[in-house]
Amino acid sequence: MSTSTVSAAPRQAAPYELRPTRKLAWGSPVTYLVAVVLIGACLGPVAYIVLGGFRTNSQITEDPAGLPSPWVVSNYTDVLASSDFWVAMGNSTISAVATTVGAVVLGVMASFVIARYDFVGKGAMYSLFAAGLMFPMTVAITPLYLMVRTLGLTNSLAGVVLPQIAFALPVTVIILVPFLRAIPAELEEAASIDGASRLGFFWRMVVPLSMPGVITVGILAFINAWNNYMLPLFILSDPGTFTLPLGVANFASQYSVDTARVLAFTSLSMVPALIFFSLFEKRIVGGLTGAIKG
Amino acid sequence: MLTGPAILVFLTFVIVPVVMAAYYGFFRWKGFGPPTDFAGLQNYTSILTDPTFHDAVRHNAVIVVLSLVIQGPVAILFALLMNQKIRGRSVIRVLIFVPYVISEVIVGTGWALMMSDTGALNTLLGRIGLENLQHSWLADPSIAMGTLMLILTWKYVGFAVILMLAGLQSIPEELYEAAAIDGASFWQQQFRITLPLLGPTIRIWAFLSMIGALQLFDLVNIIWGQYVAATAGTSTMATYMYLNGHLAGNYGFGSAVAVVLFLISLVVALVYQRFVLRRDTEGALTGDSGRKGRKK
Repeated sequence: MSTSTVSAAPRQAAPYELRPTRKLAWGSPVTYLVAVVLIGACLGPVAYIVLGGFRTNSQITEDPAGLPSPWVVSNYTDVLASSDFWVAMGNSTISAVATTVGAVVLGVMASFVIARYDFVGKGAMYSLFAAGLMFPMTVAITPLYLMVRTLGLTNSLAGVVLPQIAFALPVTVIILVPFLRAIPAELEEAASIDGASRLGFFWRMVVPLSMPGVITVGILAFINAWNNYMLPLFILSDPGTFTLPLGVANFASQYSVDTARVLAFTSLSMVPALIFFSLFEKRIVGGLTGAIKG
Repeated sequence: MLTGPAILVFLTFVIVPVVMAAYYGFFRWKGFGPPTDFAGLQNYTSILTDPTFHDAVRHNAVIVVLSLVIQGPVAILFALLMNQKIRGRSVIRVLIFVPYVISEVIVGTGWALMMSDTGALNTLLGRIGLENLQHSWLADPSIAMGTLMLILTWKYVGFAVILMLAGLQSIPEELYEAAAIDGASFWQQQFRITLPLLGPTIRIWAFLSMIGALQLFDLVNIIWGQYVAATAGTSTMATYMYLNGHLAGNYGFGSAVAVVLFLISLVVALVYQRFVLRRDTEGALTGDSGRKGRKK
């Protein structure tokens, strides 16, 4: 999962890039008006959260819809100085990175076998993962909690990460299998003539060649893990293990009278997701639409 | 061998819990020790005769229908506008996707503050002289569902627009040129060319939207909390399950709710696939491995 893999991009260009861009004309004013209204509607609430963090509570009480005057940074600096925020940030990072790595590693290995070898039960195995698409986490959450508790993993990030990996696997396998199937058999023959073992072929050829698909599924797993609220809500009750969504919810109820600080906490916890999104915007949009269009 | 770990994790945390839910659902069970108090179908009869569960199902149904009816046309209209070759198109595309990327928890926290009785919206309405439009947006049961739909639309319409845009890009431009030569107006072109060819995209989006709406939990739980949701008229099957299963410690009952929720989703998915999606994705959901015609 690094930006160095961007060079592999052309394999799976986002659909809207297929058509060569021509010189764009200025469209009609109506189009721009609609676009501006749309963007305003999309960003207004976000701006409300961010700007509200720069105000004091008395400013917010007097005029809930106003701009900061004067601008106050103490809410943000307070949150940044609090351990609550950094603990949740750290936990979220661990949870999302571990889920991504786990889902990608296990997913690539399983998809590789399903895509490239003939064996009894191969169809059943694929169907098993595909059936997983039918079970959203909401359906399994109650017994899932019991399972995690039986394994003694409540209040530990492992209790969140392992189910997240498991629930990321169906999409991962469904997206990766066609990628891996598309690698020509001649490549494998050539590699084995040159003395590569099956595993050597796997690491040296398969993994690099399927990188665009791997990045797509990695991003999907990361976003889902980062934003996951329900599973941590069931599994984690110790504030020291809270991820950001739980941290935000907890902070909001704990400091419900301190609206400005809640807004500051909330907007700071948006930042990582927005940075991640702006870095991988093309891939996220392309990956989601590609994954859905199949 | 390579598949071992994946299968193990998948079975342990997806398949086994789902199967166990079906089993636990037949017991009165507080979740300690093995379930012994066999109750037969009693959990299911309690659920199916509970008026608060009926409310939750009705709310889910309203959310499903309104999501489709509101977001679909809005998304298609916006996508048509955004599909014109205008400057700043890529920036617009990124910005309308921002609400989708933010987690439901953050969305809920921010919107709850904006829509509260003394929040930004009511203040704004008051300032521009529309006091009679001020409402108790979150607590008033006759409005709360509308508020929820507003927030859901805000969060998810960008995703729909992006999907529709991707669908529009795959329609060959020559069709429009030919239609224009034949004298078709802009709107005729949209109804005769765009909508039919956008069909597969719309149908897939509708499917995802419906399944998501049936599972809705985060937003409702954040904004209304587990107790207020029912009185405000926004409870869903998932919040019902959380309240009456997990928080109440009735794991047998909670599992039974999960089974009902799953069966409802499954029936919706199968019916939709049977009658609507069939021509687009042959057997994609029933796990047919023969998805040969996959385009990438």
